[in-house]
Formats: sequence, C-alpha cells, structure tokens
Amino acid sequence: MKILLNFLVFPGLLTAVCVGLLAGWFDRKISARLQWRVGPPWYQNFIDIAKLFGKETIIPRSSRWTFILSPYLGFLSLVLAATVLGKVMLWPSESFYADIIVILYLLTMPAVSMMIGASSSRNPLASVGASREMKLILGYELPFILSLIAVIIRCQDSIQLGSIINYQASFGSNIFSFSGALAFIAAFFAMQAKLGFAPFDISEAEQEIMGGTLIEYSGPLLAVFKLTKAVLLYTMPLLLICLFMGKDLGWMLLIPKYIGIVLLAVLIKNTNPRIRIDQALRFFWGPVTIMAVISVILAAVGL
Amino acid sequence: MSIKTKALTKSIWVFHISCGSCNNCDIEILDCFTPRHDIERFGVQLIGSVRHADALLITGAMNRKSVPRMKKIYEQAPKPCVVVAVGQCALSQHMFRYSYNVREPLDEILPVDLYIPGCPPKPEAIIAGITKLVKKINKGK
Ligand code: SF4
Repeated sequence: MKILLNFLVFPGLLTAVCVGLLAGWFDRKISARLQWRVGPPWYQNFIDIAKLFGKETIIPRSSRWTFILSPYLGFLSLVLAATVLGKVMLWPSESFYADIIVILYLLTMPAVSMMIGASSSRNPLASVGASREMKLILGYELPFILSLIAVIIRCQDSIQLGSIINYQASFGSNIFSFSGALAFIAAFFAMQAKLGFAPFDISEAEQEIMGGTLIEYSGPLLAVFKLTKAVLLYTMPLLLICLFMGKDLGWMLLIPKYIGIVLLAVLIKNTNPRIRIDQALRFFWGPVTIMAVISVILAAVGL
Repeated sequence: MSIKTKALTKSIWVFHISCGSCNNCDIEILDCFTPRHDIERFGVQLIGSVRHADALLITGAMNRKSVPRMKKIYEQAPKPCVVVAVGQCALSQHMFRYSYNVREPLDEILPVDLYIPGCPPKPEAIIAGITKLVKKINKGK
C-alpha cells in the first residue's frame, strides 16, 4: 500500500508530472524571454496535455499493439525511476543495493520506447528519427556511464545512491573536486541529449523531419510522450543533484539547485543551433568521453 | 462548456498548408510568432506534423495539383480540427479566378470555419481572427 502510494502520488507519478510540467513551462517562458517575447502562461503545459487527452487517436496501418503500448512502456519505467530517486533523496537509508544501476537502466527506457513506437508506425520520417535517436543513445550513454563510474570511485566504490548521498553529506559535494567537476560537465551534456534539448534535438527536428519520432502519434498517445518528456525533466536534474551536489538536500537548497540546472540547460538550448548527428557523435565520443575518462583517472588517484 | 473545449481553445496547435499561394500569406503567418506579435501567449503553436494539429491554416488558390493532396491532409488530421482560410486567394480565388488551373474555391472542398481576408492579411488580422474563432467554439459547442 505504501509502495503504491509512493509510486502514484508522492515522489512518483503525480509529483513528477506536476513538477515536470512546471519545469517545461519554465523552459518555454525563459526561451520566450530570451527571444524578447512574452511567452505562455504558467498553466499552458497542463492545458496542452488536457487537450491532447480529448483528441482523436489515429492508429496507422501498422503493428497496432507496439504502437499503442510503447508510450506507456517508456512512461511507466521512467516514473519508476523517478520514484526510486525521490525516495532515496527523502530517506537515504531506505535505498536498496545497486539502485544506481537500476536507475541507469530505467532512464534509457524512454528513448528505447520512442524508437520502438517510431519504427512501428511505418513512417519513413519517423524511422529516420528512430535511427538518429539510436545513434544518439550510443553517443551519450558512454560518457554518462563513465561519469557515474567516477562518482562511484570517489564515494568509496559504493553503487548505492543512499550511501553516495551520505558520503557527500559528510565529506562535501562531489562537484567541488577536480574529478567531480569534470564528470559533472560530461554528465550535463549527456543530460542535455537525453532531454532532447538543442543542440541535440536531432531526432525530433521539427523543421527537417517534421517532429521525427513523434510524427504519427496523436491524441492521448502523444500526451503520454509529452508526459514522459516532463518526467524526464524532473528526473534527470534531480539525479545530477543527487550524484554531484548531494551535500544539503533540504527544500531550501534543493529547489535553487534544481532551478539552476534547468536554467543552465535552457540557456544552452537557446544559444546553440542544432548539430548534425555525425557531429553529435563526434562530440560525445571525442571531447566529452575524454573528459569523462580523465575524471575517472583523477578519481582513482584520489583528487 | 466542458473542460475539453476549454482546453482546446486555450491551446491551439496550427498546421500550415500552402496550396499554391504567392508566399506572402505564409510570411504573414510566420510573423504572428515573432516577438512583436507573439501568439504563443495564447497557447498557439506552429507544429510540424498534421497528426498534432488542431487547426489547419490554408493559404493560396486551390489548384488542380494541390486539391487532392489537401484533402488527404485534412483526412489525416485528428478531429476535432478546424479549418481556417487565410488570405483573399483561399477565400475567393482572388485574381486567379479565371485561371485554367484553378477550379473551385476552398469552401466547396472543405468545411471552412473561419475566413481571414486580406492580401496578405496583417498579423493583427490573423490574431483577431483566432480570437473570433475561440469565441465561436465557446458559443457553438
Ligand atoms: S491572398 Fe494575396 S498575399 Fe495571399 S497568397 Fe493570395 S495573392 Fe498572395
């Protein structure tokens, strides 16, 4: 019962969706202000979702069940990740063994589900989007895992989020060391790509491939994908805070940290043009991976 | 008024179809999204795929090539979906009325919900039209 409540209401579904949609509005508003516009009101994203749930769903002549089920697959596994993460942040002692690896797997599910859904719609543009998404995953997963390894080495080889937080609470945040700072930068770029923000919004390029992976989705299924995006915007910054700035996790400090990370991501998004997929791969496997490897070495040395 | 129509009027995602316009109407539509007019304030967004559309903005005189394609696009849009005719060409075929290539006006092909006149219509006119559309939906459904 308590677990169900956790999943559905407090650190899980409801909280994650509400915070994520608000963060999505924050993104739109800041983008608008940067372009000298006014921007939408704060409830805009909620209204968008409500509207999408009231619309017709069109299912293309395709593999019907994968098309319908894949959005839910991505959404539910991501909410599970958000729940695990939220519980750990509230009660560090309640984390279970190797939960960081579980979260790592669950966080890849949205991208995988998007690929499955896009390829089952049999739309050529969607399949272009799916293949780009796949290459992008190959690109950013490597530096992301490397930076996680750097954190794990720093926190005395523990693969449990609770003890990583406890370690930082007693020895200071990871980001204030050389290895931690480098790993943070690498993980931040990976987050930018996971969120699908520019310059890495290659798989959903509105202007080139008309929305790419989402092109055939309409109505409630599209709403579920939008909700997945919102929950991702809730989970990824929290994970970074947990791994790199886990010293003080009280409300008064958590909220500024969260807003700061989202703001940084939005600023990067608004000041960079979209890059090509080969440039993105070169960027992730080149400088970012090298940075992550250096941070792993530094962490092993003990800096 | 139900939540559904309320949400629909507060977040209109428009898809833009050019059926052989001279491109001025298209530029004026894009003008609505610039800092000066910023129609995203009302939740209006320009989207890339018909499957996400709530409103189709159709510009230009319907010619023989574009009519079947436009019908196909209209069938692909999820309902409820409104059709907006933008510019004199879409309204009345304008100066192309006696052209060999242009046969029927838009409202004989699709059920048009809103007409925005002008050659090209000003962005202000388009925004005024959209507010009228919102009022109409609120009253009608
Ligand atoms: S109405 Fe005027 S501006 Fe618009 S497409 Fe026709 S000729 Fe061009």
